[in-house]
Amino acid sequence: MWAFIHKLGSPKWFYRISAKLQPWFWVAAAGLIVTGSLWGLAFAPADYQQGNSFRILYVHVPAAFLAQSIFVSMAIAGLVYMVWKIKVADMAAAVMAPLGAAMTFISLFSGAVWGVPTWGTWWMWDARLTSMLILLFLYLGVIALRGAFTSRDSASRAASVLAMVGVINIPIIKYSVDWWYTLHQPATFTITSRPAMPTEMWLPLLLMVLGFYSFFIALTLMRTRSEILRRESNKRWVRELVEEGQ
Amino acid sequence: MTPKRKQKLFIVLGLVSLAAIAIGLTLYALRANINLFFSPVQIAAGSAPMERQIRAGGMVKEGSVSRNKESLEVEFKVTDYVDDLEVYYSGILPDLFREGQGVVVVGELQSDGRFRADQVLARHDENYMPPEVAQALEEAGYSPADYQAKAAEVGKRLEAQGNAEPSQY
Repeated sequence: MWAFIHKLGSPKWFYRISAKLQPWFWVAAAGLIVTGSLWGLAFAPADYQQGNSFRILYVHVPAAFLAQSIFVSMAIAGLVYMVWKIKVADMAAAVMAPLGAAMTFISLFSGAVWGVPTWGTWWMWDARLTSMLILLFLYLGVIALRGAFTSRDSASRAASVLAMVGVINIPIIKYSVDWWYTLHQPATFTITSRPAMPTEMWLPLLLMVLGFYSFFIALTLMRTRSEILRRESNKRWVRELVEEGQ
Repeated sequence: MTPKRKQKLFIVLGLVSLAAIAIGLTLYALRANINLFFSPVQIAAGSAPMERQIRAGGMVKEGSVSRNKESLEVEFKVTDYVDDLEVYYSGILPDLFREGQGVVVVGELQSDGRFRADQVLARHDENYMPPEVAQALEEAGYSPADYQAKAAEVGKRLEAQGNAEPSQY
């Protein structure tokens, strides 16, 4: 197990192993998202109060899950890079940030679209919405920090520290609806307790969440691979790879 | 782990925990301001300011909604099951507004203790269910608070009976 993790830390090995893993995650992502969205949008029953507008949940919830998970992954990768100096971790953190920002934006936007018919407003400065907006700014900060330094080492370290400190926002997002009075309702879908919806509504949501996660893994593997090639372009194994390919 | 790495790990963990403490204390100090709305109990206790824009939240009391037939004016009570707050409003209500539903009203508390709302927002809870399940639950005499526990169960029963008519319950 440890040997495998150590190997993953080497760009060359990561490049080889990810090549084998990647297609499985792409297939899983495509299958789950297509099935889940068709099921959720067309076949799942409408809600007793909200009617069809509740179906936004099938995009909103997975996007919000992913927005938070990606930030945590980024912080862990940052820690691994800072303490153990493993470059692959930093490359992975670098390529995750834009996807995380996109997911945060999708969850904010879909939430706003959903808020208009149900709440009567598209935005409210309640704790959940505000902390999610802060998450978007943190992502943009991490991306900007990486671009702001001429030396890649300084950029990586600054971005890692911001990700690690910013991760404090994640429990705040998660528990905001329990700690304070908010307009946003508490979680429907948690790992620890039974979902507050019947199976025929919940299963497509589960598929969508798993599909979004597979998509995240597949995309991160793919983009980390190209980042490896870019950063290691003057190493011998990369040159050999290019020569083999031609 | 080499001593150098250990030292780095401690520095990083120390930094993160310091930041967490700072943010935690800030949020604790601001807790009253982070709450989106005052509950009727807080308003009855006098902790909400008069004639300044505030938000109040709670449930629309059953049987308290009275609409003016000629205009958009509507009056209702917002309750947290301890105290009630009388609200009057003129405008279009959100789709989810109904008796027993959570709402947040934005407006000013008047000196007579009533609340003049400029905006009414509906809250909804975390429970979702198909209409036939909701109807079945209601006919079986469950309150919305039990929905969470019962929804999945009734959903399964309906499914097992091949989408049986809800009137059977």
